[in-house]
Amino acid sequence: MKTKTQSPAAMLEPTGMRAARIIGVGSAGVSLLEVMNREEFTGASFVAVNTDATSLAGSTVALKIHLETKLLRGLGTGGDPERGRAIAEEQFATLKTACEGTDVIFIVAGLGGGAGSGITPVLARAARETGALVLAFVTLPFVCEGNRRQQQAQQSLEQLRAVADGVICLPCQKTFKLIDENTSVLDTFRITGELLVEGVRGVWRLLTRPGLIQIHFDDLCALVRSRHSESAFASVEASGPARSREVVEKLLNHPLLEEGRVLAESDAVLVSMVGGKELTMAEVNRVMEQINRHCEHAKVIMGATVDEAMKAHLSVTVIAAKQTGALPAVESLDNKSEFVECADTSASRMVRGRRVAADHGDGASQSGFSLEQREQALARHNSGRARKAVAKMRQAQLPLAIISKGRFDKSEPTIHKGEDLDIPTYIRRGVALN
Amino acid sequence: MFDDSSIIVGLEIGTSKVCAVVGEQGADGVLNIIGLGQARSRGVRKGEVADTAQAEEDVRNAIVEAEQMADVEIRNVYLGVTGGHIRGFNNRGVHPVVSADREISEDDVQDVIKNAKAINLPTENNVVHAIRQHFFVDGQDGVTNPVGMLGSRLEVDVHVVHGNTNRLQNAIRLVKGLQLEVDEIVFNGLASSLALLTGEQKELGALVIDIGGGTTDYVVYAGGVIRHTGVLAVGGDHVSNDLAYGLKVPLSRAEKLKLEHGSALLDEKIKGQTVTITNELGLPLKTVNVEHLQRIMSLRLEEIFQLIAQDLEQAGLYDFLRAGVFLGGGGTRIPHIAKLAEHVLQMPVSIGQTNSISGLKSALDQPEFFTAIGLVKFGSFKTGKRAGKPSLASGFKNTLRRFMQRP
Repeated sequence: MKTKTQSPAAMLEPTGMRAARIIGVGSAGVSLLEVMNREEFTGASFVAVNTDATSLAGSTVALKIHLETKLLRGLGTGGDPERGRAIAEEQFATLKTACEGTDVIFIVAGLGGGAGSGITPVLARAARETGALVLAFVTLPFVCEGNRRQQQAQQSLEQLRAVADGVICLPCQKTFKLIDENTSVLDTFRITGELLVEGVRGVWRLLTRPGLIQIHFDDLCALVRSRHSESAFASVEASGPARSREVVEKLLNHPLLEEGRVLAESDAVLVSMVGGKELTMAEVNRVMEQINRHCEHAKVIMGATVDEAMKAHLSVTVIAAKQTGALPAVESLDNKSEFVECADTSASRMVRGRRVAADHGDGASQSGFSLEQREQALARHNSGRARKAVAKMRQAQLPLAIISKGRFDKSEPTIHKGEDLDIPTYIRRGVALN
Repeated sequence: MFDDSSIIVGLEIGTSKVCAVVGEQGADGVLNIIGLGQARSRGVRKGEVADTAQAEEDVRNAIVEAEQMADVEIRNVYLGVTGGHIRGFNNRGVHPVVSADREISEDDVQDVIKNAKAINLPTENNVVHAIRQHFFVDGQDGVTNPVGMLGSRLEVDVHVVHGNTNRLQNAIRLVKGLQLEVDEIVFNGLASSLALLTGEQKELGALVIDIGGGTTDYVVYAGGVIRHTGVLAVGGDHVSNDLAYGLKVPLSRAEKLKLEHGSALLDEKIKGQTVTITNELGLPLKTVNVEHLQRIMSLRLEEIFQLIAQDLEQAGLYDFLRAGVFLGGGGTRIPHIAKLAEHVLQMPVSIGQTNSISGLKSALDQPEFFTAIGLVKFGSFKTGKRAGKPSLASGFKNTLRRFMQRP
């Protein structure tokens, strides 16, 4: 019921450049704020939002918002996003005040739990209502955390996508490639956190440092909006005379990019390069040439910025997003109702919401769902109990067309950088013949 | 000696054809091609044997034809190998010179090469070639023959070509099954480059691309030595397969269409032009758009060159190719292929010629035979070296050594 500050707006004076705010939601989000190096994010203000008092108490962030009602009896949300959501709606005004007076808001959260999954979408909506651009960085839980959390995270992600300008999400499962047998649980979470923070840092640099080749925030949002349930990002650094080559090499060997395979599959790639004053156009060109070559099908947005602190270092951050084809129909129906629910505020968003909702409607009808199944799905959304029962019903994604390899059907496939060269080139490149 | 070493036979078991070339080395060392046999290949996919029985029959036919033409009995062959499993890389070997006077002897050279060959390969892989590039004496670059020089530390750069042992053995066993001895196995790309390039071109730096039926092999020479080799398991077969898929015609028909109407670049004239496929009675079956045909082909061939260009760029060899690019293999029969390659590689490209061998001139100057001719040339280098040691004892030793080396 109470916020722990006297007046949030007073504490959050915009500090030069582009006023930005980084908000951590839920226990994961709050601890991620701790990981961030404050020095690097000059000009940003930090806010921690949680329902759990202990997690907030351990945070060093100046502004903490403790969401609390009698309903929770000081126990947090208990892993139920509905509670998180309810409490956030109740405190909508508080959240909105916390978001005021800034142009860009980064939301950092771990989805899957109660607070993260419940509050984040509401917060994103509140932030948008203040007129700020909203970019969310979220993690999805490990597979071993169980089906329920997984589903809560997915659902929250869909809601978030509808209200935020951009969502970049990192499935924790992917970090398994970075760890070995002996990595402790603590370390694993630390690595995941660092990875996410790296992503935030990359985008932050992109937006704040003077650009040789500027990336507009709108570009970024257009790229990450309505894309990917999975995006991969990698950040690498190198120095020395051969740094451009080294950077590309490291990037292609990055476990999260699966040896460049992710790049080949993604359809939108954002590249942010940061170098010292002596960053040359030739270097930019060399790196981009290699990256472009690996993602021929993708829309590539690049930016190069100069940061004197980098000296002879060159750092490249790549965010690769993959279009997830047709979403499972059950989910999309869910979203539809979500969209309608939250599309009641700003006019611009209403248009967007409607458009997306219409898209989803199309998707549902195309996938040939019977009326019964739709009703079932809607019922699932409306009653909490029923949801658990039907939750397991998920439609698998089918490939669009099976491409026969003809003569090479039975021979060993010729795989080159993730591409099967036995499939006709014109199909892989998407060249239409008529 | 025990074998008639003046007869050298190169055998290439290709994806589209099996080809045996018989060469005769005269007393003056001049290599003369005296016979050629070929057969359509049916048991090979992507450069590797897929059907042993059929491949065996095809090899027998080709050998018999070559024997008849050259009027010799073939007992030994130099066998060309290729396939997607073959890789090349550069390695360096080091050897300290221990003799008191610090003079580098022949044994030191042998040792350093042995060290360079001792590489960390996966257990299932085997070295096909270890080609020496340069020696370094005490760090001094560019020594071609260090014997007799003084130094304390001898190093050598070698280019190692290696491949999967079992898959290499498949071809060797097949040939041995025909009561033929395999003198040595040779990487096809290397053989082609031997047939195509002159010493001067090797010195200047050249890229040889052999576009075969199942694979595209390429070799880069710079400064007179091999710097890079590669195999792309994509070739003419893929073009036919793409056409069959894209135009929805049977593979045999696609093959025919490729030969009759194929082009590496889109002709302006053919826009909207169509070809009618007829059955054996002359009744029309299907109409095919020539523009589509050429676009499918063009994209595939363009991709092949692009992949090679990427590989060379990664290896940092682009600036060394001052003599340009030379094409070989059946793929060079496609019209405008040199132009397409020029466009992609941004370098002068020409279709290669085997001007370094005499005999059967008109029959030989065809791109399909470059590899087999190169195999003969490879053999002539080997026998040329052997001829330098004429004594019976050393000859016997050699034979014995070769016998021991054979896997």
